[in-house]
Amino acid sequence: MTSTVEPEVGRARLRKEDARLITGRTRWTDNITLPGLLHMAILRSPVAHARITNIDTSEARESSGVLAVVTGADLADEQGSLPCAWPITEDMKAPDAPSLAVDTVNFAGEAVAVVVARSSYEAHDALDAIDVDYEDLPVVLDMQEAIADGADLVHPGLGTNSSATWIFDSGEAGSGGNVDEALGQGEVVVERTFRQQRLIPAFMEPRSVVVDPTGEQITMWSATQIPHILRLMLAMTLGLPEHKVRVIAPDVGGGFGGKLQVTPEEVISLLVARKLGRPVKYTESRSESLQSAHHGRDQIQKLTMSARRDGTITGLKVDLLADMGAYLRLVTPGVPILGAFMFNAIYKIPAYRFTCTNVFTNKTPTDAYRGAGRPEATFAIERMMDEVAVELGMEPLELREKNWIKHEEFPFTTVSTLTYDSGNYEAATEKAKELFGYDALRAEQAERRAQGDPVQLGIGISTFTEMCGLAPSRVLGSLSYGAGGWEHAAVRMLPTGKVEVVTGSSPHGQGHETAWSQIVADQLGVPFDDVEVLHGDTQSSHKGLDTYGSRSLTVGAMAVLKAGAKVIEKARTVAAHMMECSPDDLEFAHGKFTVKGTDSSTGIQDVALAVFAAHDLPDGVEPSLDSEATFDPENFSFPHGTHLCAAEVDTETGAVRLRSYVSVDDVGAVVNPLIVEGQVHGGLAQGIAQALFEEAVHDESGTLTTGTLVDYLVPSAADLPSFTTDRTETRSTTNELGVKGVGEAGTIASTPAVVNAIVDAVRHLGVNDIEMPCTPMRVWQAIHGGAR
Amino acid sequence: MIPASFEYTAPSTVDEAVRALADAGEDAKVLGGGQSLLPVLRMRLAAPTALIDLGKIDEMRGVREDGDSLVIGAMTTHYDVQRDSLVAEHAALLARATDTVADPQVRHRGTFGGSIAHADSAGDLLAPVLALDAEMVVAGANGRRTVPASEFFVDYFTTAMDPSEILVEVRVPKHSGWHAHYEKFNRVAQAWSIVAVGAAVRVENTSIAEAKVGLTNMAATPVRARAVEEALVGQPATPDSIRAAAAHAAEGTSPTSDGNADVEYRQHLARTLTGRAINTAVSA
Repeated sequence: MTSTVEPEVGRARLRKEDARLITGRTRWTDNITLPGLLHMAILRSPVAHARITNIDTSEARESSGVLAVVTGADLADEQGSLPCAWPITEDMKAPDAPSLAVDTVNFAGEAVAVVVARSSYEAHDALDAIDVDYEDLPVVLDMQEAIADGADLVHPGLGTNSSATWIFDSGEAGSGGNVDEALGQGEVVVERTFRQQRLIPAFMEPRSVVVDPTGEQITMWSATQIPHILRLMLAMTLGLPEHKVRVIAPDVGGGFGGKLQVTPEEVISLLVARKLGRPVKYTESRSESLQSAHHGRDQIQKLTMSARRDGTITGLKVDLLADMGAYLRLVTPGVPILGAFMFNAIYKIPAYRFTCTNVFTNKTPTDAYRGAGRPEATFAIERMMDEVAVELGMEPLELREKNWIKHEEFPFTTVSTLTYDSGNYEAATEKAKELFGYDALRAEQAERRAQGDPVQLGIGISTFTEMCGLAPSRVLGSLSYGAGGWEHAAVRMLPTGKVEVVTGSSPHGQGHETAWSQIVADQLGVPFDDVEVLHGDTQSSHKGLDTYGSRSLTVGAMAVLKAGAKVIEKARTVAAHMMECSPDDLEFAHGKFTVKGTDSSTGIQDVALAVFAAHDLPDGVEPSLDSEATFDPENFSFPHGTHLCAAEVDTETGAVRLRSYVSVDDVGAVVNPLIVEGQVHGGLAQGIAQALFEEAVHDESGTLTTGTLVDYLVPSAADLPSFTTDRTETRSTTNELGVKGVGEAGTIASTPAVVNAIVDAVRHLGVNDIEMPCTPMRVWQAIHGGAR
Repeated sequence: MIPASFEYTAPSTVDEAVRALADAGEDAKVLGGGQSLLPVLRMRLAAPTALIDLGKIDEMRGVREDGDSLVIGAMTTHYDVQRDSLVAEHAALLARATDTVADPQVRHRGTFGGSIAHADSAGDLLAPVLALDAEMVVAGANGRRTVPASEFFVDYFTTAMDPSEILVEVRVPKHSGWHAHYEKFNRVAQAWSIVAVGAAVRVENTSIAEAKVGLTNMAATPVRARAVEEALVGQPATPDSIRAAAAHAAEGTSPTSDGNADVEYRQHLARTLTGRAINTAVSA
């Protein structure tokens, strides 16, 4: 028996799951094949808003290899309405959301009919033979027009395009002052409107689902982030007995919130498979994915901020319009509401009001996308801090420092009522400035301006925080969310001393198998390789709330630790019996129970064998080292950091080049620095992509014109600078490991850093904002707007 | 998505390919490296009844000299063009433009002739081929014929080739000792050009003796910036005179407007990038 002495936690281990994920020699859903498997293809609406007057499937039914052609009318009695788990207000308006359109289509890409055939080729051939008659209805695309009087309606039955209005007011909540008074008395008042363009999650593995209706349970494999929630929602939506449904998320290739969904495709696959009594597979194409999987962001943000001349911020008013798209999906209405708690960011803002109106349009539904509400808020506040600094003639970092929560002021309860447990904004900022060479770059910027260099330099700042580790169940309850925020785990020590960890988190690229193994190896004092992490199958992992909102480590791993502690306590009783001492006389370290003050010890892995044999257990002790635990966090975690970006703007072409990018993140204690680094790099790429590259564009008919990766520009390494990443470590005080989340930090922080840098580069040319993405044409037009 | 069904033939000579194409009828398509055709098939934007795959025809690969010309086989991959020593010596502009085509994977599969026959006006090889006064050798039922680049590109995705003809090779007059640069402007590395400029310049002493400038994505076909070329001849190879000549770059262009660039911005880019292309060429 060996025991690990050098701690696993903190080691930059290569991820144990990478070989199979990178080579694809694994169970991606689309790799799964079953006896008698049928293939489904989906006909999607080419128009954004229309009445379906006729669907002629006769020719398609005769097509080679076709077993069934199914329309919405065929499923109308059983498909129910896709679930929305977040009714943000009591009077929220929610349309019926069929998986397969019945009478009308409300966005281009909505599923209209499906073909099931012996091969995928034959299914696609038959799609071409389906004839649908559409009677055009007025298309609603613009949020502001949508809520104007007399606007055409997406869902006439609702009588309005406004789904709900949600308000937080610090005066009413008692957490701060009256914002109207603050703004009225402001020595400086700045108002800006920012646009969060619509984005597409663009996960690498397209969505895929296999349903096997044979056998006692219906089994669904799905490329999903949320197998547990999906099982529950399928049961509730379709009236299936929950115990008759098994959901498996096998290896899943990315999600970014895009697979935090109960999808029409999953429901249709299940119903069609059940109808035919045979297993059915559906895998979307990239184009279908971009058009039909839920989109993200899409808000118009109006901010008004007041400050005293000395730079003290006195009030902030936020008015949002948030585009729901055509339907409310799983958490669509709540996404902008998550931002409500983040507009005040790291700053001490004495008066605050947030108002958000959720609006229907004839576009693909929006929902969670990496950061979900918090990137939007962070972008707006960090852009605003720069604008207010300019108005005040202050250095933007100085304005931030004047207003942020000081290190010694934690824990700090903010104007939006969250209590930040810890943080050290001074330390992160100081480190970032040094790595960045802040003063030298400011000097170079001044010199280039003075010389009229065609390539101007700008410095962008983002001192961000985020709330993650979703979430304390009672807080979710207070926000009318339909579920809790706990997580479940089991730890089982096998007879040979090997360990199975079952987690209710559902990794889709995050590296849970490696990180959880490191944590448990330390806790139980067993080798890293002796730990296996099981996840994503409601049969083996029967209980969980899955992975999103940077919650897995701060919530899911805490459940693992809690279960592991129970294993140790069970083993302690047996070890004491074996060593003929009292359990209280034993101390446990590095996998060994040692009698205090002696060198007499027994390894936990030896105890495991003794428990299995059960020949000589103390009275009343079960022969089991299995334990389960459920952890409900008491608070969110609040990662923070300072990101600095140097952007060169070619004033002759509008091209932007990121010259350097420094991120200093404080994610608390770190389990695996390599995984943290990977999350930060990926997050930065995704946040920079919003600033510079990505945008889902619809034409005036509501057709997505960025429906392929030729037009929807996901950047590659060639388009990004080398990142300089570093960390400060302020341990979270709300969990045992001192960890915070890291999955969303890079995305949240980087977008404003980049746009601030671009605006800073050309501000002296009369520019104070550039709409995202900051394309070369937009930058060039902003610079030359007046003179053209 | 996956393509509709089609017949597939992979002949081993040009003559066989021409016959196969004739036999397959008018709904057949020729498959080169597949980097443009396969996505079109997979998205079912086209459903040809037959594909004639040129990938097994050895005589269509490689670069050779023929007197004052280089002859580049149509099935030579971008990767091979980039690294070919004859291209580097006698037609450096082609190598520089090829460097910018898509990404390494595409350059390993995609072919020189395939790009030209596809005739996407945003493709990067058309303007250099036009600027260097290349000739396309095409084979059909009636034998081979040669079409100058100036007549080859007819419209968006349309060439002077008959659907029954195959582009066999491209003859490029040697431009030995010319300075060349291809200035490409796009938003992400693997994308098509928003605008690009290919410039080849012969410098005598310190003056520009000859200049050839081709514009990518400034019309339905590649465009020669003739006014720039004329303005450059006899001028000193200095930034000022080059900038002055480049100011003519948008003359005679008719670019489209899209999300990346409207007409005004494209024409501005053409002028700016032309100046940069020539400046970089002469400084090389």
